[in-house]
Amino acid sequence: MAPGPRPLRCTSKDTPVTAKKTTKSKKTTKPPGSDTPHALLYGDLWDYAPAPESTGHTRFEKKYGHFIGGEFVAGKDHFKSINPATEEPIAEFASADAAMVDKAVKAARKAHKVWGKMRGSERAKYLFRIARMIQERSRELAVLESMDGGKPIRESRDVDIPLVAAHFFHYAGWADKLEYAFPGARVSSVGVAGQIIPWNFPLLMAAWKIAPALATGNTVVLKPAETTPLTAMKLAEIIAEAGLPPGVVNIVNGAGKTGAAIVDHPDIDKIAFTGSTDVGKIIQRAIAGTGKRLTLELGGKGANIIFADAAIDQAVEGIINGIFFNQGHVCCAGSRLLVQESVHDEVVAKLKLRIESLIVGDPLDKNTDIGAINSKEQLGRIKALVDAGASEGATMHQSSCALPDRGYFFRPTFFTGVSQSHRIAQEEIFGPVLSVLTFRTPDEAVAKANNTPYGLSAGVWTDKGSRLFEMAGALRAGVIWGNTFNKFDPTSPFGGYKESGFGREGGRQGLLPYLEVR
Amino acid sequence: MSKETTSRINVLKTYKLYIGGAFPRTESGRYDRQTNAKGDLVANICRASRKDFRNAMVAARKAQRGWAARSAFNRSQILYRMAEMLESRSATFERALEDAAGYKKKDAAAEVATAIDRLVWYAGWCDKFTQLFGNTNPVASAHFNFTFPEAMGVVTVLAPKSAPLLGLISTFAPVIVGGNSTIVVVDNDAPTIAIELAEVLATSDLPGGVVNILTGRRDELTPHIGSHMDLDAIFAVGSDKDEERALSIAATESIKRTKFIDDRSASEWRDADAQSPYMILPFIEFKTAWHPIGGVAGGGGAY
Repeated sequence: MAPGPRPLRCTSKDTPVTAKKTTKSKKTTKPPGSDTPHALLYGDLWDYAPAPESTGHTRFEKKYGHFIGGEFVAGKDHFKSINPATEEPIAEFASADAAMVDKAVKAARKAHKVWGKMRGSERAKYLFRIARMIQERSRELAVLESMDGGKPIRESRDVDIPLVAAHFFHYAGWADKLEYAFPGARVSSVGVAGQIIPWNFPLLMAAWKIAPALATGNTVVLKPAETTPLTAMKLAEIIAEAGLPPGVVNIVNGAGKTGAAIVDHPDIDKIAFTGSTDVGKIIQRAIAGTGKRLTLELGGKGANIIFADAAIDQAVEGIINGIFFNQGHVCCAGSRLLVQESVHDEVVAKLKLRIESLIVGDPLDKNTDIGAINSKEQLGRIKALVDAGASEGATMHQSSCALPDRGYFFRPTFFTGVSQSHRIAQEEIFGPVLSVLTFRTPDEAVAKANNTPYGLSAGVWTDKGSRLFEMAGALRAGVIWGNTFNKFDPTSPFGGYKESGFGREGGRQGLLPYLEVR
Repeated sequence: MSKETTSRINVLKTYKLYIGGAFPRTESGRYDRQTNAKGDLVANICRASRKDFRNAMVAARKAQRGWAARSAFNRSQILYRMAEMLESRSATFERALEDAAGYKKKDAAAEVATAIDRLVWYAGWCDKFTQLFGNTNPVASAHFNFTFPEAMGVVTVLAPKSAPLLGLISTFAPVIVGGNSTIVVVDNDAPTIAIELAEVLATSDLPGGVVNILTGRRDELTPHIGSHMDLDAIFAVGSDKDEERALSIAATESIKRTKFIDDRSASEWRDADAQSPYMILPFIEFKTAWHPIGGVAGGGGAY
């Protein structure tokens, strides 16, 4: 899933999204950031030929309503979903108002009477079916995911969609084994779950929400993000084709107002939300005292901690993967690099070199490492925080690569000389921007890593096993990656401490949010 | 010389708060009167203030890391030690339940016996719940991956109104089993029993600050508990709708975890289902750790 090692070069790729060539000659002797002159950077001798994934095989409608009670229903107040790499609209989607949400909840409630009582072994087979159908159509789904969201095809093809299928497959197998999940406890479904998901991993987040909910006998009303609703509609198609009882999965389109209508609906038993901490707090407040259950998977400001004894080249790859995976639109991104002082200069030099070789451009090109920023708004937020970083006195380092003329793109960027109080060290940027801080002792690393209201992820790079275990215990975060970063698996629980939310998704622990345990 | 009378007067106990292993008076200097069923004064008890809660919070935070860092075996022994200390004072607690809380003799004996047994039961969970709730995860990539429960941090327990001894133990024991420290807020008809229990805790090798006990008025303290930015979780027993709503709203500011359960009658607290390892679950965090597995030549899954 990581942008893999590749020849040193700065891309200016000839893809459907054309980019201006930059002057590359300066790097043939001394690439920026490198302290040692390189005799030859062979990437400078030729360009990567464009390798665009074709889109001709995909099918989708020009206009979508909602998916309620097993049927696609027409809606109103349509908005356009934009391809962020071209700024061209892909399709139109309706906005569900409170009445439409109510219709979806009623369908889910009705379906719960069937689904909640169905034998687990039968529920399982439906979920297995969905997993298989996703695998069958994985190429189409990957292409659409990249078109609608801007992520590189290499990631949607190799990470997102395989994980989507695997997630359904994993939870399918739980459906008839729930009585073994929590020894001594009686478990039952919660009822109707309202699920609101973000735009960074559109279909994967839908799978993370729907699969465990259905395995445990709940029915759902899901709202995809308004900038990335396309693959959710394709999933609805698959769910219909898989023959799920009508109303087990309902998908309503829309923005914040639709989300609020779900949160406020009195007949919903459980809310599951993935998104920003600000919105998470609004939701927690909105359902206070209603008895609705809640899980929140919110923001992060993950620390990636590099000790001097780490395998530095591998760590640098881990840093790159940690922050530039999915354009940095990752709640668990390693957006704060904590590097031990004695290797700071070495790591920074390697990072400067490495970001030059990242290929930024057309998400559908198979060579692309960093695709398009998801939306104009998000690009604006990233720029504003980067400006704040510069004005607060940190030193900015940016790839010299050219950006395509059209679309929302941002150069891979990192800041050195960042102090803990800087906004870029405290606030989630949610873009390809890394803040570099230093530490001397493990205690200092822990103190700095934990010095944030968030607690979603952390990485530790060291060759010393005992230190790795010590750090893993001391870091207040739900996921710790040791000598790796940004790894995901359906069997592996994911979720945060502190203001990164509560509840886990994945594995046995991922069943808990959707079960009454007595 | 006139003849002296031989009768002696009882020494009354001053009941104070229990914070950081010490017994301070409330800083507010305020008191509430605790009376028995006949209306006689049992004691003037401390009416804890916001500042007392904040002091307890500091003590609890300070104690928590050390408590969680102790070996599970050691925590287990300390909870067991509490049971030992309670057993040796069982007659005291039985009498206190009768005198202060109006229990019948039989019920008092049953509550004390269950309280001791419950402590023993939770003591045994200290080095077992990790295995019950944690697991390794068979991920598809070449990584070793495991998930284990960790303490949430500092948890405030709004203790039950009923069962002045057993209700307390049934609610704070599962919280500290998981390595949390706690501030127990007691607002019932016989809060002196909570402070008697504090004397048991203080002599059970329990590090100061792991359990702090505040007597006072729950409605007065809850706004400050809900909004305290350093508190990790709230475990509220028997909240009405208004309290649940107010606490839940206040909790959002720092995304505190909240757990609300109904109160039980004193006899229901003795039921077997009033204890469960799943009472530990709301007050732990799951941490998942990954590490690559190397590809040693000739290595493989099976031999």
